[in-house]
Amino acid sequence: MDGLLYLIPAALLLGLIGLGAFLWAMRSGQFEDLDGAASRILFDDEDR
Amino acid sequence: MNHIAPHVAVAALGSGACLHCGAPAPDGAAYCCGGCEAAHALIDDLGLDLYYRRRTLDPELRAPRPQDEPAPDYAGFTRATDEGACQLDLAIDGLHCAACVWLIESVLARQPDVTAARVNMSTSRLRLGWRGPVRRGEELAALVRKLGYRVIPFDPSGFRATRSEADRRLLRAMAVAGFAAANVMLLSVAVWAGHSQGMGPATRDMMHWLSALIALPAILYAGRPFFASAFGALRAGRTNMDVPISIGVALAAGMSLVETINGGQHAYFDSAITLLFFLLVGRYLDERARGRARGAVEHLLALQSGTVNVIAADGTLKATPPSQVAAGARIAVAAGERIGIDGVVREGRSDIDTAMVTGETVPQAARPGDAVFAGTINLTAPVTIEATAAGEGTLLAQIVRLMEAAERGRNRYVALADRVSRLYAPVVHLAALATFGFWTLVMGMAWQPALMIAVSVLIITCPCALALAVPVTQVVASARLMRQGILVKSPTALERLQRIDTVVFDKTGTLTVGRPELANAGEIDPQVLRAAATLAAASRHPLAQALLRAAGPVAAASGAREIAGSGMALDTAAGEIRLGSRDFAGDAEAPCRADMELWYAAPGAAPVCFRFRDRLREDAAKVVAELQRRGYAVTLMSGDRRETVAAIAQAVGIEDWQAAVKPQDKAAALAALTAAGRQPLMVGDGLNDGPALAAACASASPATAVDLARNAADVVFQGDRLAPVAEMLAVARRSGAVMRQNLALALLYNLGAVPVAVAGLVTPLVAAVAMSSSSLLVIANALRLRGWRGR
Repeated sequence: MDGLLYLIPAALLLGLIGLGAFLWAMRSGQFEDLDGAASRILFDDEDR
Repeated sequence: MNHIAPHVAVAALGSGACLHCGAPAPDGAAYCCGGCEAAHALIDDLGLDLYYRRRTLDPELRAPRPQDEPAPDYAGFTRATDEGACQLDLAIDGLHCAACVWLIESVLARQPDVTAARVNMSTSRLRLGWRGPVRRGEELAALVRKLGYRVIPFDPSGFRATRSEADRRLLRAMAVAGFAAANVMLLSVAVWAGHSQGMGPATRDMMHWLSALIALPAILYAGRPFFASAFGALRAGRTNMDVPISIGVALAAGMSLVETINGGQHAYFDSAITLLFFLLVGRYLDERARGRARGAVEHLLALQSGTVNVIAADGTLKATPPSQVAAGARIAVAAGERIGIDGVVREGRSDIDTAMVTGETVPQAARPGDAVFAGTINLTAPVTIEATAAGEGTLLAQIVRLMEAAERGRNRYVALADRVSRLYAPVVHLAALATFGFWTLVMGMAWQPALMIAVSVLIITCPCALALAVPVTQVVASARLMRQGILVKSPTALERLQRIDTVVFDKTGTLTVGRPELANAGEIDPQVLRAAATLAAASRHPLAQALLRAAGPVAAASGAREIAGSGMALDTAAGEIRLGSRDFAGDAEAPCRADMELWYAAPGAAPVCFRFRDRLREDAAKVVAELQRRGYAVTLMSGDRRETVAAIAQAVGIEDWQAAVKPQDKAAALAALTAAGRQPLMVGDGLNDGPALAAACASASPATAVDLARNAADVVFQGDRLAPVAEMLAVARRSGAVMRQNLALALLYNLGAVPVAVAGLVTPLVAAVAMSSSSLLVIANALRLRGWRGR
């Protein structure tokens, strides 16, 4: 049972990282244009 | 740069379609018009011809043909940013595919002073940033217009932004609830497994405390939308679905906390938080689907709303939003421009297309002293109008008043889910009370364990599946309709649509396209048709435009002049050629009589008559027949003249029709239908339909309708066909059936669970399984609507 003492915090930490990443992605506007992002990748542009 | 002159490329291709916009081009020409040629040259010069290879033009959308339009006032919408740069938001009309996005962004990115150019494809909006003077924005916007897109500036700080803030708050709540639900469930599974494998009480308590630590803050945060709504309803003396949800979640969390403190066996944190998670998913999707529909409608509105040109004291024109125009101001209206404000003509004579207001297809002559209304189109010559008082007297104010009166009746409609919850909440709470009474009074149990059992009844009956039953179905149904260009705006529209038994159509712009079409092309010499079209090409009059469409692309005759209220004239060596009204160019004695006609008179030849009719939507008769077959009563109600309406009614097979109906009479007729126990659906597009749209049980408007009609309508449909009306009714009926199945499933689940709870046998495991599985079942059932083929 001792393993729980660090496994549970580790699991929670990983979960929190995921949550943080999602909230960050949302704040930085990555969910604003889902249609555009899907097809934008099809155009290579040497200018950018 | 590997530059090929456009003309060379044409010869190689040798097709009859315009190289830029894809529309048919005149024989031998590479382009349909000069604008397309310029656009093609611009794209070629920049080396962006990849666009033409990658693009897929959507035939349903406007072709990317550059149009001459008065440029709106961009400067008022341009904002200065902190770094001394300018920023401008533009709504773009005519985005077909990702290649369009790429083209616009690339063209702008090649301007040295542009710092940002990003098109949001979901919302068709462009955010543009540049360094330099504010006026530079006009040139940059003109560049996009030159490519064939229409751009309209808008203010992003409007109500659109506040809505997406609500959207984001839901998404954040959902993320938090999802994180907490997954982790608490992980701990709970360990506890459940521990029950059979002999987990020690100390470990179990630790698990419970950990769960509480994660779940309680998450519930407080993610539950706010529900708690706020429930609190608001209770304070107003009502109850809604959020009341039992809030009570259930709060009790589950509170009781679990007490159990944890006392070192008890059962904690329901997982049930409480997963319940919230599921509900938030449903609510978010619901919000998003409707937000998208509303956003699309808003976009359409933004594309049509414009400014009016007020003549200042020094004679200059100043673009002003109609809402800021004072009574008595003088406004210049160019030929072909939409009149933005009610007023009286002071100078100039012209023809006014009043179809949007009165439903009449024939333009009306306007002389100084005549009243004109916002939403009508000035056709033949520039006029100056004087804005009338924006008081009670104006037509618009009158119609808005009628609409408000009509809408009050409709607001009384209570959503199905709320009706169910009105019955559900008291029943459940009484059941819990009865359970408590039964265990304490009849069985003689101590009050603490009896309270636990009573609370577990409330937890298990917390209407998770019930609260999902309706919104999930709505989301799936609206998404399905949206793919076909049918935008469901109102949250209860689908529920109201399924009760419809009568469909009332407007004529102009609804059953018909609202655009005249040459009717006797077969009787006319093609040579004459082409000659007349060269004159017509110089006019904005709808009949001239119809003639032009019938003749195909021709170059406008140079030197043609427009005589307001009469027609076109062209001086040639042989004499004057005339195209216009019967009195102007025709033979007054000729038997050829039609509502809409144009006469063509060339020197030395007999006058030729072109007759026009308003073309029916392609599938109008088929859709009417289909609706009648399904048992709907179909009615036609129009403001137009008797003969025209009778002809249309006969053509589409409607027996019950009324002509020359005034706006207030339309609304009254719909109110009478409702009073007679009928459930009418009003389909209309004009200003005169506004009150009727608001008075009907449900209403729909084509996307080409006036702002007011689209705002009043529950559903807006795009495209040139009438089939969406039949489709929305079919999908609504079907979704109604699915909603009822879902509600029955959810109730059945709860009914099955209640005896178990009353008996005191509900463990957290049972609660978690029952809730999740019922929610998933309801969602799966709703998803069947996606692939449903229809009848």
